[in-house]
Amino acid sequence: MSIIVDKNTKVIVQGLTGKTGTFHTEQALQYYGTQMVAGVHPKKGGESWTSGLDSSAELPIYASVAEAKDRTGADASVIYVPPAGAGAAIIEAIDAEIPFIVCITEGIPVMDMVKVKAKLEKSNSMLLGPNCPGILTPEECKIGIMPGSIFKKGSVGVVSRSGTLTYEAVFQTSQVGLGQTTAVGIGGDPVKGTEFIDVLEKFLADDATESIIMIGEIGGSAEEDAAQFLADEAKKGRKKPTVGFIAGRTAPPGRTMGHAGAIVSGGKGGAEDKIAAMEAAGIRVSPSPARLGTTLEDLLKG
Amino acid sequence: MNIHEHQAKAVLKTFGAPVAEGVAIFSADEAAAAADKLPGPLWVVKSQIHAGGRGKGKFKELPADAKGGVRLAFSKEDVVKNAQEMLGNTLVTHQTGPEGKQVNRLYIEDGADIATELYCSLLVNRETGQVAFVVSTEGGMDIEQVAEETPEKIQTIDINPETGVTADDAAKICDALELTGTAREDMMSLAGILYRAFTEKDMALLEINPLIVMDNGRVRVLDAKVSFDGNALFRHPDIMELRDTTEEDAKEIEASKYDLAYVALDGNIGCMVNGAGLAMATMDIIKLYGAEPANFLDVGGGATTEKVTAAFKIITADPNVKGILVNIFGGIMRCDVIAEGVVTAVKDVGLKVPLVVRLEGTNVEKGKSIINESGLNVIAADDLDDAAQKIVAAVKEAE
Repeated sequence: MSIIVDKNTKVIVQGLTGKTGTFHTEQALQYYGTQMVAGVHPKKGGESWTSGLDSSAELPIYASVAEAKDRTGADASVIYVPPAGAGAAIIEAIDAEIPFIVCITEGIPVMDMVKVKAKLEKSNSMLLGPNCPGILTPEECKIGIMPGSIFKKGSVGVVSRSGTLTYEAVFQTSQVGLGQTTAVGIGGDPVKGTEFIDVLEKFLADDATESIIMIGEIGGSAEEDAAQFLADEAKKGRKKPTVGFIAGRTAPPGRTMGHAGAIVSGGKGGAEDKIAAMEAAGIRVSPSPARLGTTLEDLLKG
Repeated sequence: MNIHEHQAKAVLKTFGAPVAEGVAIFSADEAAAAADKLPGPLWVVKSQIHAGGRGKGKFKELPADAKGGVRLAFSKEDVVKNAQEMLGNTLVTHQTGPEGKQVNRLYIEDGADIATELYCSLLVNRETGQVAFVVSTEGGMDIEQVAEETPEKIQTIDINPETGVTADDAAKICDALELTGTAREDMMSLAGILYRAFTEKDMALLEINPLIVMDNGRVRVLDAKVSFDGNALFRHPDIMELRDTTEEDAKEIEASKYDLAYVALDGNIGCMVNGAGLAMATMDIIKLYGAEPANFLDVGGGATTEKVTAAFKIITADPNVKGILVNIFGGIMRCDVIAEGVVTAVKDVGLKVPLVVRLEGTNVEKGKSIINESGLNVIAADDLDDAAQKIVAAVKEAE
């Protein structure tokens, strides 16, 4: 089992014809035959796209998301559109009632995401990102930019605000032999779609997920909210062993640390508060990003 | 991106916000002419630096009992005298750090008779994904202090992006600020003005502290601190022109040319990492093993050899750097590209300090062999723990 995506998930690509979209679609097709079914480009409808790695892998291009969904029955869309147009691309996917939208693009103006968020809340779509690495269910489906080679089918659910730290968690849980059910990168922007709680809820409900790694970073209060959620669920008897990590203990206040959302401002969003909230909720917080796998291994041994 | 107070007020004025008349000057010779343009009998001479707490700040070069970075002047001669004393000197406030900031420009402003000082800011509320007004009757003081001591005196009002500021929202803001009469009427319209300025110019923060009610009952923006969403500057060339690079770290300016996310820090271990989270975690782990990072540097997902070379040059140009840790988990970023960049840069600029390289992920074997075959004196590391311990040990040994 897995969460959100599996081998049946059909994915269209907004921004397929660009360099980034092409590269990652080629990779996805190579990854256990992820069902990439079509591309969308407003001016290239009717044309087709061929993978540079496999000339038999040809995808149709449609002029709009709505048309692509009609023709293919897609249930997910991945967006590689450059920042200036990415907000509009998400809105097009919401309007076309795509159930699951993944936006990889980094650098979307916050005000554009404020508009997206208002739209999203009135829809039935789920948005992952933006500024995220995507989602991957081992040996079934890869949406986004995560390197497939480090994954191993297994029992750990991984959720993270950071792309490369997701890879650390995945790599380390593969190394200790636990493997993953699904890894979800929720992204580093301050205004985004899916939050920790949405993903944690699904991991708690998924029978195959036996333990969880949750990686947060400075800025905002999503980690505190997630810790509270896990504590509340534990009281109801829904509980899975969870290891946490927070990046940015040494970050100076008032400075944006790469991710638009990673900033300690007005005395809020610091790492220590998040770590304290996670520990109070029964999460084992690893002091080192190099020991996520071994910390989880130790926790499972009891 | 931050701008100066006088620039922020000019932007707000174009939207119709009430601000005082004022003139920005860059040398004391301009002070008398600036004072002449304003009616008097009260002038305010304000240091323009990208940091708060200017009023309570102290000039490094002046005696301890000298006045701060914002001064009242009761005559034109007084304006000139203060300008001469302030320009070119270094102002230290609780936001500048002990090194302070040089005051290169002043804003000479028409004085106001203040009846009440209020606080009003706009920001994006991350929890709701909406623009919010944060308002308080406790103006003129540090809002963080108000939040700590009397949090009930701060109110947050979220604005629905599909409606903008409604009459209802504006009334809530006025109620929170306890405004009546003319001041209330002024604020009812100012709320909409500020919201428009914030959203149309893609601001990240608009802070008015204080917002004042004058003796005549009118509302005025007395101070304004504005920063913009760096990701939206492409659609605001007018705002881009307001950038003052003298307020920024030279290394950070150089890094921004190559689209590298770089933040200068105080330690002695330079870091080059891909991904913001991993870059922060790398800083944390250096600290965990007893040393301090010299910088945050994220080379990003799509780095080229040129970008990596530029990053390496920026790190090595910092005289505080006594060792370098390169930590790459290749996803989109291929390890061989990083390895080639490092080798090129080292050959180009030379290597005078220990260098530890940890590579993992896409094309890791190719990357490792490029490093090994380069003949450079590079310490290889197996994982992040190993890498951090090795660089900390190497730097301690060199000392």
